[in-house]
Amino acid sequence: MKKMKKQTFAFAAAAMMIAGLAGCSSDNGASTGTSTPASTGASSSAASVVATISGSVATGGSTSVEKVIGALSEAFMESNEKVTITYDPTGSGAGITGATDGTLDIGLSSRALKDTELANGLVETTFALDGIAIVVNPANTVEDLSLEQIAKLATGEITNWKDVGGEDQPVVLVGREAGSGTRDGFESIVDVEDACKYEQELTSTGAVMAAVAANPNAFGYVSLASVDDSVKAITVDGVAASEATVQDGTYKIQRPFVFVTKQDTPLSPAAQAFFDFALSEDAHELVRLAGAVPVVK
Amino acid sequence: MKVKQQVERIMNAVFLLCGMVSIAAVALITLYMIWAGLPAIIEVGPVDFLFGTVWKSTAADPKFGILPFILTSVWGMVGALLLGVPVGVLTAVFLAKLAPEKLANLVRPAVELLAGIPSVVYGLIGMIVLVPAVMDFFKLKSGSNLFSAILVLTIMVLPNIISVSETALRAVPKEYEEASLGLGATWIETVFRVSIPAARSGIVAGIVLGAGRAVGEAMAVMMVAGNVANMPGLFKSVRFLTTAVASEMSYAADGSLQKQALFSIGLVLFVFIMLINWGLHKFLKRGEDQ
Repeated sequence: MKKMKKQTFAFAAAAMMIAGLAGCSSDNGASTGTSTPASTGASSSAASVVATISGSVATGGSTSVEKVIGALSEAFMESNEKVTITYDPTGSGAGITGATDGTLDIGLSSRALKDTELANGLVETTFALDGIAIVVNPANTVEDLSLEQIAKLATGEITNWKDVGGEDQPVVLVGREAGSGTRDGFESIVDVEDACKYEQELTSTGAVMAAVAANPNAFGYVSLASVDDSVKAITVDGVAASEATVQDGTYKIQRPFVFVTKQDTPLSPAAQAFFDFALSEDAHELVRLAGAVPVVK
Repeated sequence: MKVKQQVERIMNAVFLLCGMVSIAAVALITLYMIWAGLPAIIEVGPVDFLFGTVWKSTAADPKFGILPFILTSVWGMVGALLLGVPVGVLTAVFLAKLAPEKLANLVRPAVELLAGIPSVVYGLIGMIVLVPAVMDFFKLKSGSNLFSAILVLTIMVLPNIISVSETALRAVPKEYEEASLGLGATWIETVFRVSIPAARSGIVAGIVLGAGRAVGEAMAVMMVAGNVANMPGLFKSVRFLTTAVASEMSYAADGSLQKQALFSIGLVLFVFIMLINWGLHKFLKRGEDQ
């Protein structure tokens, strides 16, 4: 049923493009709502339209977006068999460069573009948000930390929980391995890049959760979607991490996942269809399953 | 008659082919490791790579020094053998020479079972049971350290040491022991003065096998050692050669120096294990010559 819906949506998107509506990504959510029910009867004619979307879409850039892009492109390619979407994990910087010089159809960045980059004629479109929860052992009495305190805990400037209102216990930072998107996100948002004093570097979110759950001194960072009762997510500057607080921007430890495109170069039909699909409501659940937070308009 | 000869010849070819498969695999792996591992060593510089003490592969100013990993692997191996050899050899002595047959038949399958447990299970139990226990016992802030890894490795090398040593001890000719007993030595004296020296080369083979396993193990130590690229210390979070490759491989970008350096670590590990095997052969040869 879900797959059907996706397909009909793709048909609708394709039909829209053929009708010369390509590029109107902002009103996309609304048009999905109206065209989906209507297109059921027209699906046979729409199928022939789908066949016309073909070609490959080159995306690349941030390594952090891998899961989200993987989920989106897999779903998209399932309903558009003639489209191939490639993803080259080279880092946000390379993704932005790739979009600028045209080697990539869509550049992927896990940070907002700088003003200089926007001045170069680039356009950023946020397709998902990445919320990172700070988790401690349930036995830890600390409930709230400021960004600054988190940075000091991470760099080893504060080594005892009593300095931030907890018990007299040493601080143990449990993090992810070098190259992990969550680590990159945490370190860049808290501004502690390459300066963290890790006690453990683990290779999966599950391992970090298990380590934090097992050690009363530990604190770690995990993507928002994976927090459960085995650990305690603390509030940052008084704001609890949740999908809603990430979406309204009040929760600080978050970053956007951005499509980078060029202002005056239109996307190829295949790239545009994928672009629209990724921003549609149909993609929300996929984004959620991939551990990120969907964007609400 | 002719048919029989032909079958003979065909079967010969089949056996030859089977033999070639493993030789080809070893040759290909060796060539590939050198081909994939050398570029980064050359780019970083052999001295900086092997003796650099800082590993920061994704920093803005990356550092690729793998001395912490090499030393950690060495200490991990030495530690596991220090604890594992006495226990393992004495268990083998017990099984081969001392235990009543019924009891031996109970202990032996248990040892074999130990060899069959997947390493991730060792890691899991280490992570959930051992790490918190080490933390509480030594009053540490975290139990994920070299010491925990050594304990896990010790258990993992035991079956290798025990089973090979036991076979060697059983192969000692009865006459040696009978002669010793006939001269008035007790059974324990005979075992330690006659049987063990006679079985020495087999026991050493078991120990080297265990050493190879300790150096090559990745999964279990990854779950208990903490994986931070510190210079080794017994109660410090450490990263082994194996875990250095395994932990960063999934996110390293293709063609990046980071990924190449991971292959180089693989090459170092490969050479390391080759040296251990070479040592084994050398020792066994010497044992035979005597």
